[in-house]
Amino acid sequence: MSATNEQAFAGHSIALTLNGQTRQVDVQPWTTLLDLLREQLDLVGTKKGCDHGQCGACTVLRDGKRINACLTLAIMCDGAELTTIEGLADGDTLHPMQQAFIKHDAFQCGYCTPGQICSAVGLANEGRASTDDEVKELMSGNLCRCGAYSNIRAAVVEVLPSMNAAPDQGGRGQ
Amino acid sequence: MNPFSYSKPSDIAQAVNLAGPASRFIAGGTNLLDLMKENIARPEHLIDITGLPLKDVRATDSGGVMIGALVSNADLAWHPLIERDYPLLSQAILAGASPQLRNMASTGGNLLQRTRCYYFYDSTVPCNKREPGTGCPAKDGLNRIHAILGASDACVATHPSDMCVALAALEARVHVQGRAGARVIEFADFHRLPGDAPQRDNQLADDELITAVELPAPRFQQHSHYLKIRDRASYAFALISVAAAVELDGDVIRDVRIALGGVAHKPWRDTAVEQSLKGQPVSRENFVAAADAMLRDAQPLAHNAFKIKLARRAIVRALSDATLGGTV
Amino acid sequence: MNANTPIPGSSALGQPMDRVDGRLKVTGQARYAGEYPELGLLHGSVVSSTIASGRVVRIDASQALAVPGVIAVIDHTNRPPIASYDEDYQDADSAEGSPFRPFYNDRVLYSGQPLVLVVADTLELARHAGSLVRIEYEIKSHQTDLSVGQGDAHTAPAETPKPRGDFPGAFAHAAVTVDTHYSTPNEHHNPMEPHASTVFYKPDGSLEIHDKTQGTQNCQDYLHSVFGLEKEKIRILAAFVGGAFGSGLRPQYQLPLAVMAALKLQRSVRLTLTRQQMFTFGYRPQTLQHMRIGAAKDGKLMAIAHDAIGQTSRFEDFTEHVVEWSGMLYQCDNVQLSYKLAPLDVYTPLDMRAPGAASGMVALECAMDELAIAAGIDPVQLRIVNFADSNGNEGKPYSSKELLACYEQGAERFGWSKRNPEPRSMRQGRQLVGWGMAGGVWEAMQMPASAKASIDSSGKITVSSATTDIGTGTYTVMTQIAAEAAGVNPEDVTFVLGDSSLPTSPLQGGSFTVSSVGTAVQQACRALRAKLLDAVRMAHPQYAVVDMADVGYGDGYLLIDDQRFAYADIVRESSHETLDVQIDAKPDDKREGYSTATHSAVFVEVLVDEDLGTIRVNRVVDAVAAGRVVNSKTARSQILGGVVWGIGQALQEESQTDHTLGRFMNHSLAEYHIPVNADIGEIDVFFVEENDSIVNDLGSKGVGEIGIVGVASAIANAVYHATGKRVREFPITLDKVL
Repeated sequence: MSATNEQAFAGHSIALTLNGQTRQVDVQPWTTLLDLLREQLDLVGTKKGCDHGQCGACTVLRDGKRINACLTLAIMCDGAELTTIEGLADGDTLHPMQQAFIKHDAFQCGYCTPGQICSAVGLANEGRASTDDEVKELMSGNLCRCGAYSNIRAAVVEVLPSMNAAPDQGGRGQ
Repeated sequence: MNPFSYSKPSDIAQAVNLAGPASRFIAGGTNLLDLMKENIARPEHLIDITGLPLKDVRATDSGGVMIGALVSNADLAWHPLIERDYPLLSQAILAGASPQLRNMASTGGNLLQRTRCYYFYDSTVPCNKREPGTGCPAKDGLNRIHAILGASDACVATHPSDMCVALAALEARVHVQGRAGARVIEFADFHRLPGDAPQRDNQLADDELITAVELPAPRFQQHSHYLKIRDRASYAFALISVAAAVELDGDVIRDVRIALGGVAHKPWRDTAVEQSLKGQPVSRENFVAAADAMLRDAQPLAHNAFKIKLARRAIVRALSDATLGGTV
Repeated sequence: MNANTPIPGSSALGQPMDRVDGRLKVTGQARYAGEYPELGLLHGSVVSSTIASGRVVRIDASQALAVPGVIAVIDHTNRPPIASYDEDYQDADSAEGSPFRPFYNDRVLYSGQPLVLVVADTLELARHAGSLVRIEYEIKSHQTDLSVGQGDAHTAPAETPKPRGDFPGAFAHAAVTVDTHYSTPNEHHNPMEPHASTVFYKPDGSLEIHDKTQGTQNCQDYLHSVFGLEKEKIRILAAFVGGAFGSGLRPQYQLPLAVMAALKLQRSVRLTLTRQQMFTFGYRPQTLQHMRIGAAKDGKLMAIAHDAIGQTSRFEDFTEHVVEWSGMLYQCDNVQLSYKLAPLDVYTPLDMRAPGAASGMVALECAMDELAIAAGIDPVQLRIVNFADSNGNEGKPYSSKELLACYEQGAERFGWSKRNPEPRSMRQGRQLVGWGMAGGVWEAMQMPASAKASIDSSGKITVSSATTDIGTGTYTVMTQIAAEAAGVNPEDVTFVLGDSSLPTSPLQGGSFTVSSVGTAVQQACRALRAKLLDAVRMAHPQYAVVDMADVGYGDGYLLIDDQRFAYADIVRESSHETLDVQIDAKPDDKREGYSTATHSAVFVEVLVDEDLGTIRVNRVVDAVAAGRVVNSKTARSQILGGVVWGIGQALQEESQTDHTLGRFMNHSLAEYHIPVNADIGEIDVFFVEENDSIVNDLGSKGVGEIGIVGVASAIANAVYHATGKRVREFPITLDKVL
């Protein structure tokens, strides 16, 4: 992105592993991880739906665990390994969860989708869900106003078994 | 958010020395950053405590468990020791927030969650909790989600945590450290009723840091249940919640704990009611009597009278599920 | 192969094609309005009024301006010039009256009104500086309570159908009657993407704007008249819209405010509203409704009266179709409908998914359930005996209405015949089981629309129209329509939308996009195919007089006798780089003689905890008659979404006003509840066969709205069946069934 914007954000320097790449960035103490991604690094795939941890659109993976980027200070991510929606595919090959979301039409407007997919990958990493009911509860941190919930479940339930077998697949940014 | 400075101490003494009235500790940040974005919390300095060595869950000599203040809600709920010995706590934690928030939120921070009162959360309207002396519009306003027990003229807000309701039932102890040294606070004493100082949620001094939450040796793992009732199936604060923990001797109640969420400014217990159940047989009648007794002083506001009826039924249901597999 | 027909099996219509924009959406590459970067882009933050009525006396921005990085603080005293007259603020979805004029003067018309815009180098700085702005008010008394304000209600400026027959007489003599009141609350759209505008200020002073909108040209026209800018200097783009549900039908205030800042500073500016500010403009208005229905012993409807009062603002009369449905869904000779509005100190309501129908059908379909009980008739049977094949409001037959098939097939799939009609008669452990049903209806409209189709020498077709895709699948279904009409594979079609410089399109709303834009696309692609044939005629004298009817097509070639002409070759052999056509489509005259509508029958199973009152929608079967379905996958998704909306409407959604403060108080996604994944059980959506040769050449009626209609009533009826409690005040929260 722009040199001007980089300057406006001059502050503390932190190091991140972001989608497999080491990055050194300057942040202000009050810059959230979400604003760092969206405003400073132009990684706008991570969405801002509420900015208060009430919708899940900003879900990213930190050290393999799903978190809300909007309630995370960037400065507190120094040394962390982060995966955003932009880092899930392997080149042109989509992550199985991304593929399943397309197949099951698990989105409409697409705005909650990156958060849903990152959340689903985090869910797989947790290894705590396999049935439809478990997925239903453990995907409830991601609102979808278009109401694609049943298709989201179909996608997640389809992919979970293969990911549970290989829990490191995707989402660790390696 | 207002601009603030930031530091990340590496030991507890350093952290406590940095603390003061204009500073706040931050760990998960799930509530603090929310409040800062709403202009409700305006610290000038944030002390990042995530580098402190407070991340262990370990067994204590007395047979209990010491939970480091930085253990995440998710890790705690799914910790083998907690799942086995304190299933009530696991259930309560998993009933709260979302998977993402539980991955972020810390044990210590969960105790410091602030109310979800609409008026508290809207910095443009009066609120005694947010701006002491400005008044309480909730009392005569939208108060469907508000307190039925222990409220005051100054404040009718409720405590939002699920985990704390279980910790109250389990009689946890809160370990804190300040510049003057360490102390231990019984859970029942940790949170305050609003009285005429609703701005204070708890007993912590400005420089005090929660370092751990201690659970006594498990006694209720066979017969406990956390029941949460809310306006949607998940990702919503409790209208009413009940943490029920029973120790049985055959079908006689040897000991019992009942803590309520969503009813008061703090997790609500009534030890007299619990005492009256001891030695009694497990029965629906006894549970109903206990529920009635727990709510005898309840004071409804214009829109929350249903909570009294709901809390009574919820207590009976939770005790029943804890003891009889829900058959009464 | 038959002449002038697509090659068998080559039709893209009806296929469950994956979304063509799916890959962009699952990889985070789809950019929404507030996501376009530029060097030196400024960020705005709005400061909103905290009072519901009065006047701004003083704005003190000194502290805000002192924050390093703050560029400007703009309010009504220092904004660029804007228009004064009402008509300059009117747009394609305006209500009657004087539209809200942001930053026009010192008047405060509602709580949450934008009063000040802070512009800074970064978003966080702008927000922080906004918190430092001090506003002094002169406060006037306000009224935001419809239950009080209904006394001042006036007849809505809507074309409510005139009474027919003799309602009072027929009602008085009816064997069975229902006389009940229902209320529905204010609800906010809350699309996941907050409203945002990114205004790029170009060196020549023109504006290129990425806006969250359902009408790019509507926004262009609005800015043209409000700011007096030439239309050519305003380009509105909306490649992706993160949901809207009606919230983008009118230009929302972030757009003119961002433009004000850009014009004043001659810089590029982005303004994104906060979630809290998503509660500071249009919403579905609260209604109070009175239903009176009279029927003969056999359930035949004798009399229907439906009276509704909706809330509106002091400055505009917002109208929607609340009561019309009661005069058109069933056969009834004595009908009396009325619709009034009560002005309050609030913002003007706004169309929200199935506007009017979602609210009005709650009253009609709950009252029908109450009538079924009063008459001792099965609710499905009651509706079957009152089926109308013509629209009583208009006196016209329906172009098609396979509602009986919806009832029958829906009931079959649901297992309705196993229902014990007695309330509280079915249970699973502690859960009372309730089965309820309702019908749904929505208009099948068509608007004029234009489209352009262009084919290049590689045989690739680009089709364009200024419409949007708010998640409805427009990109995908237009691709399918174009492919079918042009005779190519969908992979060879690119559909371009979301740009005010493209051929004219109506607002995307009302379920009329497939009907309107789809028809234009179909006609443009057919015309393109004709143009390709013309090129063949020119280049190949032996076919100079070949008749269109004797030409087969498909897979990217024309077939004349046994001669194949690949489209790519035809273009290459022509003297043009591309062959282009643009057409203006309008509704066919044959629609005039008919009434056109979509219908549904919704069957619901609820589980209600006997002690705790918690309500779970366990199972939904939704049978839909919407003509021909262009994409069975995305159409199903539309209905699924509508059902989820219906569940929210029935059980959760309510924007709660503190009437002392005159302000919505649950303005967050934590306290304004919409359904989460765990709320949603099994939803079985299917489309019944419905052939309609009147509605348009596609035979397609649109599916955006019909999915929500009837769902809330079916749930309420199921809750009654489960508990024996009839809740008539929505939403049905657990306290109402305890």
